[in-house]
Amino acid sequence: MAVSVNEAVPASPVRDRTPPARRIGGGGRGRSVLEIALLTVLAVVMLFPVLWMIETSIKENRDVYAVPAKFVDFQVTLAHYRDVFVDPGGGRSALSVAFLNSVLVAGVSTVLATLLGVPAAWAYSRFALKAKKDQLFFILSTRFMPPVVVVIPIFLMYRQVGLIDTPLGLILIYTAFNLPFTIWMIKGFVDEVPAEYEDAAMLDGYTRLQAFRKFTLPLLVPGIAATAVFALIFSWNEFVFAIFLTSSDDVRTAPPAIAGLIGGTTVDWGLVAASSVVFALPVLVFAYLVRRHLVAGVTLGAVRR
Amino acid sequence: MAGIEVTALHKRYPDGTIAVEHVDLSIGDGELFVMLGPSGCGKTTTLRAIAGLERQTTGDIRIGTTLVNDLPPAERDIAMVFQFYALYPHLRTRDNLAFPLRAEGLPKAEVRARVDEAARLMRLGPLLDRRPRRLSGGEQQRVALARALVRRPRAFLMDEPLTNLDAELRADMRTEIKHLQGQLGTTMVYVTHDQVEAMSLGHRIAILNRGRVEQIGTPLEVYDRPASLFCAAFIGSPPMNLMDVEVADGKLRSRGGLDLTPPPGLPRDRDLVAGVRPEALEVTAPGADRSIPARVVSAEWLGDEIIYVVDHGGQRDVRVRMAPTVRFATDTRVGLRHTGATPAIYDVRTEELVA
Repeated sequence: MAVSVNEAVPASPVRDRTPPARRIGGGGRGRSVLEIALLTVLAVVMLFPVLWMIETSIKENRDVYAVPAKFVDFQVTLAHYRDVFVDPGGGRSALSVAFLNSVLVAGVSTVLATLLGVPAAWAYSRFALKAKKDQLFFILSTRFMPPVVVVIPIFLMYRQVGLIDTPLGLILIYTAFNLPFTIWMIKGFVDEVPAEYEDAAMLDGYTRLQAFRKFTLPLLVPGIAATAVFALIFSWNEFVFAIFLTSSDDVRTAPPAIAGLIGGTTVDWGLVAASSVVFALPVLVFAYLVRRHLVAGVTLGAVRR
Repeated sequence: MAGIEVTALHKRYPDGTIAVEHVDLSIGDGELFVMLGPSGCGKTTTLRAIAGLERQTTGDIRIGTTLVNDLPPAERDIAMVFQFYALYPHLRTRDNLAFPLRAEGLPKAEVRARVDEAARLMRLGPLLDRRPRRLSGGEQQRVALARALVRRPRAFLMDEPLTNLDAELRADMRTEIKHLQGQLGTTMVYVTHDQVEAMSLGHRIAILNRGRVEQIGTPLEVYDRPASLFCAAFIGSPPMNLMDVEVADGKLRSRGGLDLTPPPGLPRDRDLVAGVRPEALEVTAPGADRSIPARVVSAEWLGDEIIYVVDHGGQRDVRVRMAPTVRFATDTRVGLRHTGATPAIYDVRTEELVA
């Protein structure tokens, strides 16, 4: 059991590549052909929208509307990407402001949720508390309902305290929604780190908090990273609160801003696609950077030994 | 070195669980004292309270003459060895050993000398430059012991240190710990749920149950005269046979009809149970002198001995330890007689030893 979280992340993932004991149509060869065909269909269905988004983002406007659709023989342009960041009339575009707002809101709320969640998770894991299970259940219960349910009450409350259309309002609500998830997920990681490390460190002359910081925390880093990425993705993608609680271009985050491009008399699909690509990139990059920790995080946090 | 006094220890957790109801212990200087009990009996909590890792709700703990109730663990001058070893995973063996000394701020030369001494004592030479994950369980435990040694503490606290080792290694380490303690003469409090470990290691054993001390005594005292029905059932493998008995005509007779040697001063007006060790009984040929008829239900052939399970006169599953040369087939009619000294007698209601 004395396994650190690090050890559970193998340097080179070793997978059991044996296919499931399932026979379709007899021979191994027939099965693999069928599997490949099915997977290809699946991949096309899944990836086509992404591909189409990327293509649209680099097409001239007239090619976007071409019938029959042009898959390869079109003029490549980066004009839409320029429009994402630069206003046609000069200066910063509304979209680029929205992206900056997204970075601010998602970043700060993730940091806050992690800063608050890690000590809480540690405390819930290590100490005997009164009605601990009930407290943890209560914390989780805030995630039981879909966020949409509470949008109206929160809107009214925010209007009373003047948080409507402020970055702080969004940061607070995202932190509140990420915190239960952070506490539960990180508690799973803390449970995996034997408390004896801290006990031993306390016998060696450290206080409880020092023992946590010097011995437990370093072992938690992969788990915290994975959790933070999840929180970041949630805050980055969040749409419902963003559209209800913000209205001005100065405060609005990217999801409602991009949605706002659709509507009106004409839709600049090239701009929509380009801003969607820009919007999707950070999440992809983050998920890619921590992919090993993500897998370890999802399985380690969930599976009890 | 110092003795340890635990007075009226009581520990109640915030969630209402009472881990330790009431524990008094007086552990002598240089003694190897074992706390034995099933899981949840409060032995580990008591140990952690002595270490300072738990704050007792009420009660006093003294190490030597110092009242340590409010001292943090580091100032109690004790070393602890954990079940999961708790070696720092990012440090090599050498640095793991040096860690507590560096934390104390000892000069480098002194640290090195002490680490080398502990490494020599625990034969860790070739392991000094490895990290914990490259050590086997037994090696990790030896490093953990060495890390406790380098401190030269006033007392060692051992929290089930051998539980995670396999059986063979456990026996070796047991010998090693006993030897080490004898050599250093340092007070050691050793917590275990394994009665064999307790019997073979302890100068004295405290048996704990439900947060209370049931009995404190030398291994032989605990084995021969368990202080309560709980101790009687806990110590010994197979455990004591507990038989309902009654006193009639100056004789002590089990409900199954077996005559036992009566101890003097038996109370007459209470329901009694006799605790009879398996080796205090004998399976004989049917009709042998002083024997009563019985039937062999099963036999466990252990090589150096045979454990017979016999029924007699309505009393079921009586275990008898016999030499491997005495053989009876299952389901045969045999005789059963008591050959040992006076058995321990318990009151059924209070579950305590009465004679």
